[in-house]
Amino acid sequence: MSVTHHISGELLADYASGAMDEGWSLAVATHLSMCPECRRRLVAIEAAAGVMLEDMDGAPAASTDEASWAALKARLEAAPAAVAVKAAAVPRMPGGIPAPLSDYIGSDYSTLKWKALGLGAYQIPIEIGDRTVQARLLRIPAGKPVPEHSHGGRELTLVLKGAFRDGELVFGPGDLEETDDSVQHQPVATPDEDCICLAITDAPLRFKSRIMRLIQPIVGI
Amino acid sequence: MTDRPDSAPSGQPDAKAAGVVDEVGVLLLAIGQSKDMAAFEALFRQYGPRLRAFMLKRTADPALAEELMQEAMTNIWNRAASFDPARGSASAWIFTLARNTSIDLFRRRKRPEMDLSDPALMPEAEEAADRMIEARQSAAAVRAAMRDLPPEQLEILKLSFFEEVPHSAIAEKLGLPLGTVKSRIRMAFGRLRTALGEQS
Repeated sequence: MSVTHHISGELLADYASGAMDEGWSLAVATHLSMCPECRRRLVAIEAAAGVMLEDMDGAPAASTDEASWAALKARLEAAPAAVAVKAAAVPRMPGGIPAPLSDYIGSDYSTLKWKALGLGAYQIPIEIGDRTVQARLLRIPAGKPVPEHSHGGRELTLVLKGAFRDGELVFGPGDLEETDDSVQHQPVATPDEDCICLAITDAPLRFKSRIMRLIQPIVGI
Repeated sequence: MTDRPDSAPSGQPDAKAAGVVDEVGVLLLAIGQSKDMAAFEALFRQYGPRLRAFMLKRTADPALAEELMQEAMTNIWNRAASFDPARGSASAWIFTLARNTSIDLFRRRKRPEMDLSDPALMPEAEEAADRMIEARQSAAAVRAAMRDLPPEQLEILKLSFFEEVPHSAIAEKLGLPLGTVKSRIRMAFGRLRTALGEQS
Protein backbone atom coordinates (compact mmCIF):
# COMPACT_ATOMS: atom_id res chain seq x y z
CA MET A 1 0.00 0.00 0.00
CA SER A 2 1.50 3.29 -0.99
CA VAL A 3 1.25 6.59 0.81
CA THR A 4 -1.69 8.76 -0.25
CA HIS A 5 -1.56 11.66 2.23
CA HIS A 6 1.66 13.63 1.78
CA ILE A 7 3.48 16.56 3.35
CA SER A 8 2.14 19.94 2.22
CA GLY A 9 4.48 22.00 0.04
CA GLU A 10 4.71 24.65 2.75
CA LEU A 11 5.92 22.20 5.40
CA LEU A 12 8.33 20.50 3.03
CA ALA A 13 9.80 23.89 2.08
CA ASP A 14 10.23 24.83 5.76
CA TYR A 15 11.95 21.52 6.38
CA ALA A 16 14.21 21.95 3.34
CA SER A 17 15.20 25.51 4.23
CA GLY A 18 16.08 24.53 7.78
CA ALA A 19 13.50 26.88 9.31
CA MET A 20 11.50 24.07 10.92
CA ASP A 21 11.97 23.16 14.58
CA GLU A 22 13.01 19.73 15.80
CA GLY A 23 9.57 18.34 16.75
CA TRP A 24 7.86 19.05 13.41
CA SER A 25 10.98 17.97 11.56
CA LEU A 26 10.77 14.59 13.30
CA ALA A 27 7.36 13.92 11.72
CA VAL A 28 8.43 15.25 8.31
CA ALA A 29 11.70 13.28 8.25
CA THR A 30 9.96 10.07 9.38
CA HIS A 31 7.34 10.54 6.65
CA LEU A 32 10.19 10.98 4.15
CA SER A 33 11.59 7.60 5.25
CA MET A 34 8.24 6.05 4.39
CA CYS A 35 7.45 7.98 1.19
CA PRO A 36 9.64 7.82 -1.96
CA GLU A 37 7.41 10.39 -3.68
CA CYS A 38 8.07 13.07 -1.06
CA ARG A 39 11.78 12.22 -1.16
CA ARG A 40 11.69 13.15 -4.86
CA ARG A 41 9.83 16.37 -4.02
CA LEU A 42 12.51 17.19 -1.45
CA VAL A 43 15.23 16.61 -4.06
CA ALA A 44 13.43 19.12 -6.32
CA ILE A 45 13.18 21.76 -3.58
CA GLU A 46 16.84 21.30 -2.62
CA ALA A 47 17.78 21.55 -6.30
CA ALA A 48 15.87 24.86 -6.43
CA ALA A 49 17.77 26.03 -3.33
CA GLY A 50 21.01 25.01 -5.06
CA VAL A 51 20.11 27.13 -8.10
CA MET A 52 19.33 30.10 -5.83
CA LEU A 53 22.73 29.60 -4.18
CA GLU A 54 24.43 29.53 -7.62
CA ASP A 55 22.73 32.80 -8.51
CA MET A 56 23.57 34.51 -5.25
CA ASP A 57 25.94 37.48 -5.31
CA GLY A 58 28.87 36.92 -3.00
CA ALA A 59 29.24 39.14 0.04
CA PRO A 60 32.59 40.89 0.34
CA ALA A 61 34.89 39.22 2.84
CA ALA A 62 35.72 40.88 6.13
CA SER A 63 39.32 40.97 4.91
CA THR A 64 39.88 39.63 1.41
CA ASP A 65 39.21 36.35 -0.30
CA GLU A 66 42.96 35.66 -0.28
CA ALA A 67 43.14 36.01 3.51
CA SER A 68 40.00 33.96 3.79
CA TRP A 69 41.46 31.19 1.62
CA ALA A 70 44.71 31.23 3.60
CA ALA A 71 42.76 30.87 6.85
CA LEU A 72 40.71 28.02 5.43
CA LYS A 73 43.78 26.18 4.17
CA ALA A 74 45.49 26.61 7.52
CA ARG A 75 42.41 25.19 9.22
CA LEU A 76 42.42 22.09 7.01
CA GLU A 77 46.13 21.53 7.56
CA ALA A 78 45.75 21.89 11.33
CA ALA A 79 42.95 19.33 11.55
CA PRO A 80 43.29 16.94 8.64
CA ALA A 81 40.54 14.57 7.58
CA ALA A 82 38.18 14.44 10.50
CA VAL A 83 35.91 12.05 8.69
CA ALA A 84 34.19 10.32 11.54
CA VAL A 85 31.22 8.48 10.14
CA LYS A 86 28.52 8.99 12.70
CA ALA A 87 27.16 5.67 13.89
CA ALA A 88 23.42 5.30 14.22
CA ALA A 89 22.25 5.97 17.78
CA VAL A 90 20.43 2.63 17.85
CA PRO A 91 20.60 -0.48 15.68
CA ARG A 92 18.22 -0.30 12.74
CA MET A 93 16.15 -3.20 11.46
CA PRO A 94 14.04 -4.14 8.44
CA GLY A 95 10.35 -3.60 9.15
CA GLY A 96 11.25 -1.67 12.29
CA ILE A 97 10.62 1.90 13.31
CA PRO A 98 12.21 4.06 10.61
CA ALA A 99 15.02 6.52 11.24
CA PRO A 100 14.99 9.23 12.37
CA LEU A 101 12.25 8.25 14.85
CA SER A 102 14.25 5.17 15.87
CA ASP A 103 17.01 7.49 17.13
CA TYR A 104 14.53 8.66 19.80
CA ILE A 105 12.65 5.49 20.77
CA GLY A 106 14.57 2.53 19.30
CA SER A 107 13.69 0.59 16.18
CA ASP A 108 11.83 -2.39 17.64
CA TYR A 109 8.04 -2.09 17.94
CA SER A 110 7.91 -5.12 20.26
CA THR A 111 10.01 -3.55 23.03
CA LEU A 112 8.27 -0.18 23.28
CA LYS A 113 7.31 0.84 26.83
CA TRP A 114 3.70 1.95 26.50
CA LYS A 115 1.93 3.99 29.16
CA ALA A 116 -1.83 3.72 29.61
CA LEU A 117 -3.67 6.82 28.51
CA GLY A 118 -7.21 5.73 29.40
CA LEU A 119 -10.01 4.44 27.19
CA GLY A 120 -7.77 1.63 25.97
CA ALA A 121 -5.26 3.96 24.35
CA TYR A 122 -1.55 4.10 25.13
CA GLN A 123 1.18 6.64 24.61
CA ILE A 124 4.93 7.11 24.80
CA PRO A 125 6.08 10.70 25.32
CA ILE A 126 9.13 11.47 23.19
CA GLU A 127 11.72 13.79 24.60
CA ILE A 128 12.85 16.45 22.18
CA GLY A 129 15.04 19.49 22.69
CA ASP A 130 12.31 21.77 21.48
CA ARG A 131 10.00 22.90 24.31
CA THR A 132 7.39 24.54 22.12
CA VAL A 133 5.96 21.29 20.82
CA GLN A 134 4.98 17.92 22.23
CA ALA A 135 5.89 14.69 20.49
CA ARG A 136 4.41 11.33 21.37
CA LEU A 137 3.72 7.91 20.02
CA LEU A 138 0.03 6.94 20.29
CA ARG A 139 -1.50 3.48 20.15
CA ILE A 140 -5.24 3.45 19.48
CA PRO A 141 -7.01 0.11 19.95
CA ALA A 142 -8.47 -1.45 16.79
CA GLY A 143 -11.89 -0.02 16.03
CA LYS A 144 -11.72 2.56 18.83
CA PRO A 145 -11.74 6.34 18.53
CA VAL A 146 -9.15 8.81 19.66
CA PRO A 147 -11.21 10.95 22.07
CA GLU A 148 -12.72 13.82 20.10
CA HIS A 149 -10.63 16.95 20.36
CA SER A 150 -9.72 20.16 18.64
CA HIS A 151 -6.29 21.73 18.75
CA GLY A 152 -4.80 24.83 20.23
CA GLY A 153 -2.60 24.90 17.16
CA ARG A 154 -1.14 22.66 14.50
CA GLU A 155 -1.03 18.88 14.76
CA LEU A 156 0.86 16.44 12.57
CA THR A 157 -0.13 12.79 12.83
CA LEU A 158 1.94 10.20 11.00
CA VAL A 159 0.65 6.62 10.82
CA LEU A 160 3.35 4.03 11.43
CA LYS A 161 1.24 0.87 11.70
CA GLY A 162 -2.44 0.10 11.16
CA ALA A 163 -4.76 2.84 9.99
CA PHE A 164 -7.32 5.35 11.19
CA ARG A 165 -10.34 6.90 9.59
CA ASP A 166 -11.04 10.61 10.03
CA GLY A 167 -14.40 11.49 8.52
CA GLU A 168 -14.26 10.38 4.90
CA LEU A 169 -10.51 9.90 4.80
CA VAL A 170 -8.45 6.82 5.70
CA PHE A 171 -4.84 7.21 6.81
CA GLY A 172 -2.57 4.17 6.50
CA PRO A 173 1.15 3.56 7.08
CA GLY A 174 3.23 6.54 5.99
CA ASP A 175 0.22 8.84 5.66
CA LEU A 176 0.54 12.23 7.30
CA GLU A 177 -2.47 14.19 8.54
CA GLU A 178 -2.02 17.91 9.07
CA THR A 179 -4.72 19.66 11.11
CA ASP A 180 -5.06 23.01 12.85
CA ASP A 181 -7.28 24.67 15.43
CA SER A 182 -10.15 25.12 13.00
CA VAL A 183 -10.71 21.37 12.98
CA GLN A 184 -12.81 19.42 15.44
CA HIS A 185 -12.20 15.83 14.48
CA GLN A 186 -12.53 12.29 15.69
CA PRO A 187 -10.09 9.81 14.20
CA VAL A 188 -11.09 6.15 14.65
CA ALA A 189 -8.66 3.25 14.33
CA THR A 190 -9.74 0.81 11.63
CA PRO A 191 -11.07 -2.51 12.99
CA ASP A 192 -8.33 -4.88 11.80
CA GLU A 193 -5.44 -3.86 14.07
CA ASP A 194 -4.26 -1.31 16.61
CA CYS A 195 -3.09 1.94 15.06
CA ILE A 196 0.32 3.29 16.06
CA CYS A 197 1.07 6.87 15.10
CA LEU A 198 3.48 9.67 15.81
CA ALA A 199 1.66 12.80 16.94
CA ILE A 200 3.25 16.23 17.11
CA THR A 201 1.28 19.09 18.63
CA ASP A 202 2.25 22.63 19.49
CA ALA A 203 -0.18 23.10 22.32
CA PRO A 204 -2.05 20.87 24.78
CA LEU A 205 -5.11 19.30 23.17
CA ARG A 206 -8.56 20.60 24.13
CA PHE A 207 -10.97 17.77 24.72
CA LYS A 208 -14.69 18.21 24.25
CA SER A 209 -15.59 15.84 27.05
CA ARG A 210 -15.45 17.18 30.59
CA ILE A 211 -13.99 13.95 31.92
CA MET A 212 -11.18 14.00 29.37
CA ARG A 213 -10.48 17.64 30.29
CA LEU A 214 -10.28 16.61 33.94
CA ILE A 215 -7.84 13.76 33.40
CA GLN A 216 -5.85 15.64 30.72
CA PRO A 217 -3.35 17.20 33.16
CA ILE A 218 -2.99 13.87 34.96
CA VAL A 219 -2.20 11.70 31.94
CA GLY A 220 -0.29 14.48 30.26
CA ILE A 221 -1.89 14.66 26.84
CA MET B 1 49.95 33.35 -2.79
CA THR B 2 52.60 31.28 -4.52
CA ASP B 3 50.82 27.96 -4.58
CA ARG B 4 47.90 28.90 -6.78
CA PRO B 5 47.13 26.14 -9.23
CA ASP B 6 48.01 26.98 -12.80
CA SER B 7 46.13 24.12 -14.35
CA ALA B 8 42.56 22.99 -14.04
CA PRO B 9 42.09 20.36 -11.38
CA SER B 10 41.79 16.80 -12.53
CA GLY B 11 38.39 15.28 -12.08
CA GLN B 12 36.06 12.84 -13.66
CA PRO B 13 36.21 13.58 -17.36
CA ASP B 14 34.16 10.49 -18.18
CA ALA B 15 31.28 11.44 -15.96
CA LYS B 16 31.50 15.00 -17.22
CA ALA B 17 31.62 13.95 -20.86
CA ALA B 18 28.52 11.85 -20.30
CA GLY B 19 26.82 15.03 -19.09
CA VAL B 20 25.91 13.44 -15.78
CA VAL B 21 27.86 15.82 -13.58
CA ASP B 22 28.32 19.56 -13.92
CA GLU B 23 31.57 21.50 -13.35
CA VAL B 24 31.03 21.84 -9.64
CA GLY B 25 30.11 18.17 -9.36
CA VAL B 26 33.43 17.29 -10.99
CA LEU B 27 35.24 19.37 -8.37
CA LEU B 28 33.34 17.65 -5.55
CA LEU B 29 34.14 14.19 -6.95
CA ALA B 30 37.84 15.10 -7.20
CA ILE B 31 37.85 16.32 -3.59
CA GLY B 32 35.96 13.25 -2.41
CA GLN B 33 38.10 10.75 -4.26
CA SER B 34 41.60 12.17 -3.90
CA LYS B 35 41.49 15.18 -1.56
CA ASP B 36 42.39 17.34 -4.54
CA MET B 37 43.43 20.71 -3.05
CA ALA B 38 43.40 22.46 -6.44
CA ALA B 39 39.80 21.35 -6.94
CA PHE B 40 38.98 22.57 -3.46
CA GLU B 41 40.50 25.96 -4.14
CA ALA B 42 38.50 26.25 -7.37
CA LEU B 43 35.38 25.38 -5.40
CA PHE B 44 36.24 27.97 -2.77
CA ARG B 45 36.73 30.69 -5.42
CA GLN B 46 33.27 29.92 -6.74
CA TYR B 47 31.29 29.11 -3.59
CA GLY B 48 33.14 30.75 -0.69
CA PRO B 49 31.72 34.22 -1.36
CA ARG B 50 28.24 32.81 -1.97
CA LEU B 51 28.29 30.76 1.20
CA ARG B 52 29.48 33.83 3.09
CA ALA B 53 26.51 35.77 1.66
CA PHE B 54 24.20 32.88 2.58
CA MET B 55 25.49 32.85 6.18
CA LEU B 56 25.28 36.64 6.36
CA LYS B 57 21.58 36.50 5.46
CA ARG B 58 21.01 34.01 8.27
CA THR B 59 23.14 35.64 10.96
CA ALA B 60 23.31 39.34 10.00
CA ASP B 61 26.82 39.26 11.52
CA PRO B 62 29.80 39.52 9.10
CA ALA B 63 32.38 37.95 11.43
CA LEU B 64 30.08 35.05 12.26
CA ALA B 65 29.18 34.66 8.59
CA GLU B 66 32.89 34.34 7.71
CA GLU B 67 33.36 31.74 10.47
CA LEU B 68 30.30 29.73 9.37
CA MET B 69 31.39 29.90 5.73
CA GLN B 70 34.80 28.49 6.71
CA GLU B 71 33.09 25.79 8.76
CA ALA B 72 30.80 24.90 5.83
CA MET B 73 33.79 24.75 3.45
CA THR B 74 35.61 22.49 5.95
CA ASN B 75 32.57 20.21 6.06
CA ILE B 76 32.56 20.11 2.25
CA TRP B 77 36.24 19.09 2.30
CA ASN B 78 35.61 16.36 4.87
CA ARG B 79 32.40 14.98 3.42
CA ALA B 80 32.84 15.37 -0.33
CA ALA B 81 33.13 11.58 -0.64
CA SER B 82 29.44 11.32 0.25
CA PHE B 83 28.39 13.49 -2.71
CA ASP B 84 26.44 11.22 -5.04
CA PRO B 85 25.49 12.76 -8.40
CA ALA B 86 22.69 10.20 -8.72
CA ARG B 87 20.91 11.78 -5.78
CA GLY B 88 20.93 15.40 -6.78
CA SER B 89 22.87 18.35 -8.13
CA ALA B 90 26.20 19.58 -6.74
CA SER B 91 24.79 22.98 -5.79
CA ALA B 92 21.90 21.28 -3.95
CA TRP B 93 24.42 19.16 -2.02
CA ILE B 94 26.43 22.25 -1.11
CA PHE B 95 23.23 23.99 -0.02
CA THR B 96 22.27 21.12 2.30
CA LEU B 97 25.72 21.12 3.92
CA ALA B 98 25.63 24.90 4.43
CA ARG B 99 22.10 24.69 5.82
CA ASN B 100 23.10 21.97 8.28
CA THR B 101 26.20 23.89 9.33
CA SER B 102 24.08 26.93 10.14
CA ILE B 103 21.54 24.80 12.07
CA ASP B 104 24.27 23.03 14.09
CA LEU B 105 26.42 26.02 14.94
CA PHE B 106 24.11 29.03 14.75
CA ARG B 107 20.65 27.71 15.63
CA ARG B 108 22.14 24.98 17.82
CA ARG B 109 19.30 22.57 17.41
CA LYS B 110 18.79 19.05 16.17
CA ARG B 111 17.45 18.39 12.72
CA PRO B 112 16.00 14.87 12.39
CA GLU B 113 16.93 13.41 9.00
CA MET B 114 16.03 10.27 7.16
CA ASP B 115 18.77 7.76 6.48
CA LEU B 116 18.83 6.32 2.97
CA SER B 117 20.70 3.23 4.26
CA ASP B 118 18.07 2.49 6.92
CA PRO B 119 16.72 -1.07 6.37
CA ALA B 120 13.29 0.18 7.52
CA LEU B 121 13.22 2.81 4.73
CA MET B 122 10.50 2.29 2.15
CA PRO B 123 12.50 2.04 -1.05
CA GLU B 124 11.95 3.59 -4.43
CA ALA B 125 10.60 1.15 -6.99
CA GLU B 126 12.73 2.15 -10.00
CA GLU B 127 16.19 0.93 -10.90
CA ALA B 128 19.17 2.90 -9.62
CA ALA B 129 20.39 3.46 -13.19
CA ASP B 130 17.14 5.16 -14.14
CA ARG B 131 17.43 7.42 -11.12
CA MET B 132 20.89 8.55 -12.25
CA ILE B 133 19.40 9.90 -15.46
CA GLU B 134 16.39 11.22 -13.62
CA ALA B 135 18.52 13.21 -11.17
CA ARG B 136 20.38 14.88 -14.03
CA GLN B 137 17.16 15.69 -15.87
CA SER B 138 15.60 16.91 -12.64
CA ALA B 139 18.42 19.35 -11.99
CA ALA B 140 18.15 20.70 -15.54
CA ALA B 141 14.37 20.89 -15.33
CA VAL B 142 14.51 22.71 -12.00
CA ARG B 143 17.09 25.16 -13.33
CA ALA B 144 14.91 25.88 -16.37
CA ALA B 145 11.80 26.27 -14.21
CA MET B 146 13.63 28.67 -11.87
CA ARG B 147 14.72 30.79 -14.82
CA ASP B 148 11.11 30.99 -15.97
CA LEU B 149 9.69 31.96 -12.59
CA PRO B 150 8.10 35.42 -12.51
CA PRO B 151 10.43 37.75 -10.54
CA GLU B 152 7.84 38.33 -7.78
CA GLN B 153 7.66 34.58 -7.12
CA LEU B 154 11.44 34.17 -7.16
CA GLU B 155 11.89 37.08 -4.76
CA ILE B 156 9.52 35.56 -2.20
CA LEU B 157 11.12 32.14 -2.60
CA LYS B 158 14.54 33.65 -1.87
CA LEU B 159 13.29 35.58 1.15
CA SER B 160 11.60 32.58 2.69
CA PHE B 161 14.43 30.20 1.85
CA PHE B 162 17.61 32.07 2.52
CA GLU B 163 16.62 34.64 5.06
CA GLU B 164 14.15 32.34 6.79
CA VAL B 165 11.73 35.25 6.93
CA PRO B 166 8.30 34.05 8.09
CA HIS B 167 5.55 34.45 5.52
CA SER B 168 3.82 37.09 7.64
CA ALA B 169 7.01 39.20 7.74
CA ILE B 170 7.48 38.83 3.96
CA ALA B 171 3.92 40.09 3.50
CA GLU B 172 4.66 43.10 5.69
CA LYS B 173 7.98 43.84 4.01
CA LEU B 174 6.49 43.74 0.51
CA GLY B 175 3.19 45.35 1.51
CA LEU B 176 1.22 42.33 0.29
CA PRO B 177 -1.63 40.40 1.88
CA LEU B 178 -0.46 37.20 3.58
CA GLY B 179 -2.67 35.15 1.27
CA THR B 180 -0.85 36.57 -1.77
CA VAL B 181 2.54 35.62 -0.34
CA LYS B 182 1.37 32.10 0.39
CA SER B 183 -0.21 31.67 -3.02
CA ARG B 184 2.97 32.92 -4.77
CA ILE B 185 5.03 30.36 -2.87
CA ARG B 186 2.53 27.67 -3.75
CA MET B 187 2.58 28.71 -7.41
CA ALA B 188 6.37 28.72 -7.48
CA PHE B 189 6.59 25.19 -6.08
CA GLY B 190 3.74 24.15 -8.34
CA ARG B 191 5.81 25.25 -11.36
CA LEU B 192 8.83 23.32 -10.07
CA ARG B 193 6.71 20.25 -9.53
CA THR B 194 5.21 20.53 -13.00
CA ALA B 195 8.69 20.84 -14.47
CA LEU B 196 9.66 17.62 -12.71
CA GLY B 197 6.39 15.81 -13.28
CA GLU B 198 6.66 16.21 -17.02
CA GLN B 199 9.71 14.02 -17.24
CA SER B 200 8.93 11.32 -14.68
